[in-house]
Amino acid sequence: MPVSKEILDEIALKQEEYDEIVRRLGREPNSVELGMFGALWSEHCGYKHSKQLLRTFPSESPYLLTAPGQENAGAIDIGDGLSAVIKVESHNHPSAIEPYQGAATGVGGIVRDILAMGARPIALMNSLRFGPLSEQQNRHLFNGVVSGISGYGNCIGVPDIGGEIAFAPSYSGNPLVNALCLGIVRSNEMVRAIASTPGNILLLAGAETGRDGIHGASGLASRTFEEDIELRPTVQVGNPFMEKILIEACLEVVKANLLEGLQDLGAAGLTSSIVEATTKGGTGFKLDVALVPRRESGMSPYEIMLSESQERMLLIVSPENVTTVTNIMEKWDIPCTAIGEVTGDGIARIFEGSNPVGAVPGGMLTHPPIYEVFGDKPNSIAELQNYDLKSLPTPADAPYDILLKLLASPNITSKEFVYRQYDHQVQTNTVLPPGTADAAVVRIKGSDKGLALSSDCNGRIGYLDPFVGGALAVAEACRNVSCTGATPVAITDCLNFGNPEKPDVAYQMVESVRGMVEACNSLNVPVVSGNVSLYNETKGTVIYPTPVVCALGLIDDVNKAVSSGFRNEGDSVFLLGSDVVSADVNYLAGSEYLEIVHGLVAGQPSIDLGLEVKLQSCCRSLVENQVVNSAHDCSEGGLAVALAESSIIGNLGFSGSIGNRDHWAPSLFGEQPSRVVVSVSKDKTHQFKDICYVSNTPFVWLGTVTSGEFSISGIIDGSLSEISSAWKTGLSIALGE
Amino acid sequence: MRFGIVVFPGTWSDTDCYHAVTEVLNQDAQYIWHQESNIRDIDCLVLPGGFSYGDYLRTGAIARFSPVMSAIKKFANDGGLVIGICNGFQILCEAQLLPGVLIRNDDLRFRCEWTNLKIENNGTKFTSRASQKELIKVPISHGEGNYYADSKTIDTLNNNGQVVFRYCSPSGQIDAESNPNGSIENIAGIVNDQGNVMGMMPHPERCCEEIIGGTDGRIIFESMIDSVP
Repeated sequence: MPVSKEILDEIALKQEEYDEIVRRLGREPNSVELGMFGALWSEHCGYKHSKQLLRTFPSESPYLLTAPGQENAGAIDIGDGLSAVIKVESHNHPSAIEPYQGAATGVGGIVRDILAMGARPIALMNSLRFGPLSEQQNRHLFNGVVSGISGYGNCIGVPDIGGEIAFAPSYSGNPLVNALCLGIVRSNEMVRAIASTPGNILLLAGAETGRDGIHGASGLASRTFEEDIELRPTVQVGNPFMEKILIEACLEVVKANLLEGLQDLGAAGLTSSIVEATTKGGTGFKLDVALVPRRESGMSPYEIMLSESQERMLLIVSPENVTTVTNIMEKWDIPCTAIGEVTGDGIARIFEGSNPVGAVPGGMLTHPPIYEVFGDKPNSIAELQNYDLKSLPTPADAPYDILLKLLASPNITSKEFVYRQYDHQVQTNTVLPPGTADAAVVRIKGSDKGLALSSDCNGRIGYLDPFVGGALAVAEACRNVSCTGATPVAITDCLNFGNPEKPDVAYQMVESVRGMVEACNSLNVPVVSGNVSLYNETKGTVIYPTPVVCALGLIDDVNKAVSSGFRNEGDSVFLLGSDVVSADVNYLAGSEYLEIVHGLVAGQPSIDLGLEVKLQSCCRSLVENQVVNSAHDCSEGGLAVALAESSIIGNLGFSGSIGNRDHWAPSLFGEQPSRVVVSVSKDKTHQFKDICYVSNTPFVWLGTVTSGEFSISGIIDGSLSEISSAWKTGLSIALGE
Repeated sequence: MRFGIVVFPGTWSDTDCYHAVTEVLNQDAQYIWHQESNIRDIDCLVLPGGFSYGDYLRTGAIARFSPVMSAIKKFANDGGLVIGICNGFQILCEAQLLPGVLIRNDDLRFRCEWTNLKIENNGTKFTSRASQKELIKVPISHGEGNYYADSKTIDTLNNNGQVVFRYCSPSGQIDAESNPNGSIENIAGIVNDQGNVMGMMPHPERCCEEIIGGTDGRIIFESMIDSVP
C-alpha cells in the first residue's frame, strides 16, 4: 500500500527515502517496519547529513581504545589500568518543549551511555544556550532546564562539575541543552554494545515501557518547529531513582563479568539499541513484544518498539548467566526480563506472541542514505565581516563603567546561582569545583592523577566566521584544560546547527567542522565521541552555529592543578601569548563589548593556531614546574574581564598598566584569542621567563596582585568589592530574583 | 574502631563515608544493606546522604520502614553511636530517633555550597575534639534541609545542649544571612537526649582532605573514634 504523506511526516521520512526502503526490501514495509526505518533513518540516529563531515575528524591516538562512532562513548587509556569514558549529547528539542523533563532526561541519557561501557559515571557537565533573559519565555526555559538538571543529577550521586551558559537572541525558543558525562572503568572490564553470539539472551532491565517519547528521535529531534503542534507527548519523563539503582546493579553485573554486551535504550528505544548491537556483531535477533513489561495496557508492537521510556538497559547474556544476572537485578529491586535472543541470520524479527509483526535485515536499518551537504557563504555574513570597526564611535560610558556592565552581563557573570543548585562534590573527588578555574578538575582516587574538563563554544564568533568559530571552540576548550596544568587527551563534541538542507546552514556546518579538524590536528587531540543536533530553528530563526567542544585533560599530579584566582598579594601578573597588549581594533570582532556597548555583532574574527599550540604547552610546563600561582584565559570580555575574574575568584585585587591609553577599548575588551593571564611569585620570575623563552611563547608584564584595589593606570580606578558585586549578582538581576 | 555504613537503594554518600573513615582516618568499615535485620560487631553506624528510595514522597519517609531500621533502633536504644548525615538525618527524624523534621529549603532550591558552622556543644561524643564555640567549614548539599520543630521541642533542645551545630557567618554570627535553608535558629545538627544519636545536614565526609577543600570534618569522625573505648 502506498503510504500517505501524513505518515511519512510523522516519522520525518521523505518520499524518496520511502521509495528507497521499498526498493531495498523488494516490497512495502508494514507499519512496524516503517516505524523502525523512520527511527533509525532519522537524522538523530542515522546522521544522514553529518556522517560525511564526522569522518573528517582526527581519531588517531595511541590512547584511544574505541573506534569512532562504534560505541556509546569514547574511551581513553589514562594509565594504571584505567580508562576514561566520555561523551556529550544534545537534548535541545525536548527541552524546548518541556524544559524540566527535557533537561533531566538529557542527563539520564548521557549517564546511561557511559554506563553502557561498564564505566562508573564520575562527573557531569552541561553546556547551555538560551535567548535573552529579558524575555519571560526564556526565563521559563532557563529555570526549567536548571531545575531539571538539578533534580535528576543530584539524585543519582554524580557530581555536576560545571560547564557553560551563554545567551543570544538566536536561541530564543530553541535553547541548547547539551549534557556531558565522564566515567571511569578498569580497562579490562570495559563492555561493548555488541551481540555477536547467536543463542545469547536479550534481557531488558529497568523501568517499564510506556507510551512516552514515541517519535522522539524521528519526529522531534529531526525537524524544525515551524508550527505550534502539540509535541509534549514526544518528551520522556525521568525517574532518577531508577537510574541510580540501575547504575549500581549494572556495575555489579559488569564486575562479575557476566555480560557479552551492554547497551542503553535511548533515542528510538528498543529498535535502535537491539538493531545496533546485533548489526555490529554481525547477527540478528528475534524479539517478542508481548514479553516487554509495560506500564500501560493496549500498547501496539509499533509503540513498544519505538517507546523512548527512560531508565532501561539492554543486557546481552549467555543462557547460563541469565539467572545470576537476574538475581543481581532482583537484589536492587529492578525488573529484568528476557525479551528475545540473538540469532545468526542477520534479520531483525519482531513477534507479538507467536505472530510475526515485522522482519527486516538489520543492516538495511543501520545504513540510511547519506547526504552530502553543500553550502554557500551568505552575502550577509561577508558584509558583517567587512564592517569597519575603526568607524565605531567613542562610547559615552567610562571604561570602568563598561567593565562593570560586562562583568554583570549574563554571558560573563558568575554562574554560582546555577551551579550551587547542582551537587558538585559528591564522590569527594572535586579538586577544582565550578567557579574556581578555567576547567573543573577531579582526582582519581588511588593515584595522584586528575582529570580536567572544559566545554566551550562562542556562537557569535561562529556566526561571523564558522571556520574560526570551530577552531576557536577546540582551542579554547583545550586552553582551559591546559590552564589547570592538564594535557588535553580527547575531545567530545556536540554539533548544534539549523536545517542542513539550507545552503547557509550547510556552509556553517562544513566550515565549523573544517575549523575544528584543523585545530584538533594542530593541538594533536582526537575526537573520540559526540553527537549532532540539527534543525535547531524556530519559526525561521536559525541558531548561531554552535559546535560545542568538550576537552578532557589528564594531569599526572593533581596536587599541582592551578585555579584561575590570584593567590598572593605582591605576585607579578603577566599576559602570556602576546608581547604587547594589542590595541588593534579588529580584535573587537564578535566581542561581548561590541554587542553590549554598540549593539553590534560584526567584524572578522581570527585565530593563530601555531601560537595557540605554543601557548598551551607553555601553560602546562609552568604548572608542572609550579611556577604560576594562577592561570586564566582571556575569552569573552577580553583582558580587563580576565584580570577582574582572577581578582574576584582569588579575593584579591590588581594594579598595573596596559600601555596604550588612547585606544583602551580594544586593549581592555578585545577578544584576541590565545592569551592567558598568569600570576607568579616574585622569586620565580626568572624561572617563569626561562620557561616562556624555551617554549617560544611571548609574554608581557601587566602589574601586581594587590589586596583590594583594582586599577589599570590612568584608565580604571576601581575596587575589588565593586567588581565583585557586579560579577556575583549579574545573573540574579537578569533573572529578576 | 569499626563503622557500619548503611546503604539504602538511592544512597550515594556511602562510598564517600567509607573512603573518609577507612582511607583517611584508618578505621575499619563495612556496608550494611537495607535488608539486614542484624547489626553485629559495629561500634558506630553511619546513615549517609542520598535519596533513599528516590525520596519522591517525603525525604526518609520510605526508608523508615526498611528492615534495617528496626535493627538501627535497637542499636541506638542499646546506646550504640549513630550519626545521620543529610538524608541520614532526615531518616533519623522520620524514624523518631531524633525530634523535628526537615522540610524544603526556604528558597525552594537545592543548595550545594560551603557553610560555616558554630559548634554549640563540644561536650558530645561527636564534638569532643573541638573547642566550645569553635567555627568549622563544612559543605551542604540538599534540597530539604530546613529544620523545623515546635517551640517546645526547640526549647528542650536548647536547654539540654542538644543543638550541636548552627550555621553562622565566617566570624561566627548566627544570622539570617548565614542560614542557607531557613532552619529554625540556624540549626544544622542535633543530638538525642541520651547523646548517642546525632543528625546533621552538612557533610563532614566531604571535608576530610585538604585536596578537596578542607579537613574540618575530621573533628567529628575523630571525636566519635575517641568516644569508643
